[in-house]
This record gives sequence, C-alpha cells and structure tokens, in this order.
Amino acid sequence: MSGTVTPPLLRMSDVHVRLSGSHILQGVDLTVRRGGVTALLGRNGAGKTTTVKAVLGLVPSTGTIEFTGSDGRNQRLSGRRTHEIVRHGIGYAPEDREVFGGLTVAENLTLAERRNSPHHHDRVYELFPELKQRSRQLAGTLSGGQQQMVAIARLLLNDNQLLLIDEPTKGLAPLLVAEVAEVLARAAEEVTILLVEQNLTVVRRMADDAIVVDQGRIAWSGPAPELMADADRTRELLGVATTGGHA
Amino acid sequence: MSTVVLLTITGLGLAALYFLVASGLSLIFGLMGVLNFAHGAFLTIGAYGTWWASDHLPGAGSTGWGFVLAVVFGVAVGTAVAALIELALIRPLYERHIEQVLVTVGLSLALVALVRATWGADPHPFPRPEWTQRTTSVLGANVPNDRFLLIGSAVVVLVAVLAFLRFTRFGLIIRAGVENRSMVTALGIDVRRAFTLVFAIGGAFAALAGALGGIYLGSISPGQGTSLLIFAFIVVVIGGMSSITGTAVAAVLVGLVQQFANYYAASGVGDLSVVLLLAAVLLARPSGLTARLA
Repeated sequence: MSGTVTPPLLRMSDVHVRLSGSHILQGVDLTVRRGGVTALLGRNGAGKTTTVKAVLGLVPSTGTIEFTGSDGRNQRLSGRRTHEIVRHGIGYAPEDREVFGGLTVAENLTLAERRNSPHHHDRVYELFPELKQRSRQLAGTLSGGQQQMVAIARLLLNDNQLLLIDEPTKGLAPLLVAEVAEVLARAAEEVTILLVEQNLTVVRRMADDAIVVDQGRIAWSGPAPELMADADRTRELLGVATTGGHA
Repeated sequence: MSTVVLLTITGLGLAALYFLVASGLSLIFGLMGVLNFAHGAFLTIGAYGTWWASDHLPGAGSTGWGFVLAVVFGVAVGTAVAALIELALIRPLYERHIEQVLVTVGLSLALVALVRATWGADPHPFPRPEWTQRTTSVLGANVPNDRFLLIGSAVVVLVAVLAFLRFTRFGLIIRAGVENRSMVTALGIDVRRAFTLVFAIGGAFAALAGALGGIYLGSISPGQGTSLLIFAFIVVVIGGMSSITGTAVAAVLVGLVQQFANYYAASGVGDLSVVLLLAAVLLARPSGLTARLA
C-alpha cells in the first residue's frame, strides 16, 4: 500500500472577491482533483462565474489559489497576471463565448495558439468539421451554437491541464446541448474540467464531482452522483429537484 | 479648373498630414482606450529631431539621402520617446483612465515646454530638399511637390498599417484586443506588449508627420504639434474612434473641406467648417463613419 497522496490539481483557500462594494466571494475553499469533470453548481448570482474568474485573475481576489501541474510543481496563481496563469495549461471558455466577432473562425483559432504548446488543429476539425468549412467566415456571423464550437475549439487547440468552462450549453437548442456535452465528455478523457453548468441533465451525464456555491461560500462538495441522487438536498441547494431541467 | 485641382491636391496633402497624426491616435485609443493628449508632443519631437539632425548628425543634411537620414533620426527619437512613456507612465495606470488623461495632458505641456526651453519659442526655418520646393504641373495647376511627398507617405503608411493588422500575429492581437482585451489575456497573450508596440507605432507616425509637416509649413515651432492634434482628434472622432480606414476617409474629408472653405469663403472659415462637419457626422452617425479597426 502506497502512502503517496496525489495533490489536487486546483486548490482555493479563503478566497474573497469584492466588486463595486459587493462582497461576492466570502471565503471560498475548494479543491478540484486531477481527472474527470467537477461541476460547479449554484443558483443565479451565487458566485460561480466569479469563482472561475478569480482562478484566472480576471477579478481581483484575496486568499490563496494554487495549481499543481503534471510536473508535480505547486504554483501559486494568486496575484499573477491572467496570461501567466493561462500559460500553466489552463483553458477558459466564458459564459457568453466571447469569440472575436470581427475575426474569422481561422483567425480566432490562430489567436488561441499558445507558443509553449503543440497545436491540435486536426483534433479540433475532427470534433467540429463545420468549423473547417466556415474557417474564413467572420465569427460574429455564426449562430450561437457555432460560436460555442469556436469557444470550445480554442480550448482543445492547446495542451491544457485544466479547462474552466462556464455554462457551455446556455441558450443552445437541445440537439446542440447533447452535441456539446458529447464533445466535452470526450475532452474529459484527456483533461480535467471544472464545469459551471445549470443544466442538471448535463451535470448528471458528465460530472464526477460537484461543488455547490451559495451566497459566495461553498455550501456542499462531494461526488456528483450522490448530490444528484438526493432530491431534497438539490432542492435545498439549487432550488430544483434532480428529476430534470435547469438549476 | 486649375484652382480646383490645386485646392484638391493641397487638401489631400493636408489630409495626409492629419492622417499620419490621427492613425496613431486611433490605434492607441482603439486598443488601449487611452486618449493620448501627448501625441502632439511626439510630432514636435519628430520635427525638432529631424531639424537638429540635419545640422548636427554625421551623414545627415538638408538634401537627398542626408535629409532622409535626418527624418529617420527624428522618427526614431519620436518612437523611442513614445515607447518609454508607455512603459514608464502609461503602463502603471492601465484601467485608470482619468489618471492616464491627466498624465498625457501633463506630458504634452512638459515636453513642449522642454523644447521651448531648449531651442526657444520662435519658429525655426525647416530644411526643405530642393525637389520639394519645386512645383509640378497637373491639369494646368502648379502643385508644390511637397504635397505629393505627403500624400505618398500617407498612402504607404495606410497600406503598411492595414497589412500589419491583417497579416501579422501582432496585428491579430491588436484587432482582437480592440474587441475584447480581457479575453485576449485569457488566451495566454500578454496584451501589454501589444500596447507598447502600438504606442511606439503611434509615436513613429506622429514623428513622421512632424518631419513632413515641417516641409509643408516651411518652419517648426514648439506649439505646432498641439494645434495639429486638435484636428487629428476631430479626424479620429469622425472616422469612428478605432478605425484606420475610417480615419483615412475622415482625414480626406477634413482636409478638403478646410481647403475649399478657406479659399471660397474666407480665411479661417475652413476651421469652422471642420467643426460643423464634425457636428453633422456625429448627429447622423454618433459612432463616426465606421467604428471597427481596419
């Protein structure tokens, strides 16, 4: 029996975020283990997106955020600039996709190529053949679903260790939701995903672990199937029963 | 007919001067959101750098390749000063726009005062290569050659900027940064390097405008950059704040309106006409002629 304990990929300790006088995150403590999908759940305005942005340094925060990469080195992310954090192998797909509408699909992907990483255009075009056909089209003229493909393709283009994906199925038609979930499930075989998601059907299908944020604090964390199986708890924490639909 | 031709080409020459100053302003505002009131000082530095080099720099002079070398020196000094200002004074104030404005206003005053203290407040005759002092006959109009030099330089700069934005990685970063700066950084790109580059490019264009403006006006004075800056800001606003092609179109409009109004109405009416043009464009299209980079 080995005594070695694998450190978590991401650890946040006592993280606070204050924006425009509001205390958004009030001492968040969480860990994301290496491998699989960890769902970050919570009601609207609970602090899920702010938690992800705090990891990336997109909002000012206090407290400790640490990342242990595949080389075993523990990196303190707090206080570092966003581009330095991302270069540790952390990819980000924001809630509103935020593709560059004035650039073509191909330019969006070229821009996402990181210098210190191999680029997997073949993998991206295999997952999203439509993007190859539309490579010269301005991203701003794509549908919401196609823009989401670009946003996810940007993540899969580089070798990442952690993907922070914020509501990838928001506003998509059911068929596209299933398609996006399928792509993320395939990606999760190779890379750890921290997934902010309101659609509990997607959570039930993909998530191994779940973390629930409530009013800027972690209200629950543990195996996702355990949370999904407990209707009373999901109703209490998320405001819905787990029999379907959105949180 | 010859008067219209002369006014048109002279107006285009003036437009070229405005474009050289305004293109840098537009790039800087588009990417960084910085209203750079020190931009006119870069023009002054370019003009005085060229003037000084033509007399003192070994190999430089007031004619031929010697003059080209003097202009290169002036542009290099303007570029270096712009890059240093970005690194030392603008970078620490990212996201603090009011402080940035105050710093650039202060710089514009301080740099002009420094030039005045060093070389005096009086205008200095600017070296003009012999070719630029001659005229070329176009459809019966004797057009001063320096207008062609200005127009040619502005066209080269316009094509170079568009090619830079379209075909280089830095250009891609700048176009993306104008749309969504924080998402560019979230892709692992240090957007601050693009900021410094854009500031330096803006400084280079303004310094070039200073050197060419010296030829156009025949003399240089410390306050020259500041007065040209006002029209450059008008051009940027009419063009759409962060659009290079919009800036080019706006510069042509402003240059032509100013020249024709000054000739056919009365001297000085040209400036008023430009302000009226600004008001008309803003009423019809509040975002300017176009609000997109490139």
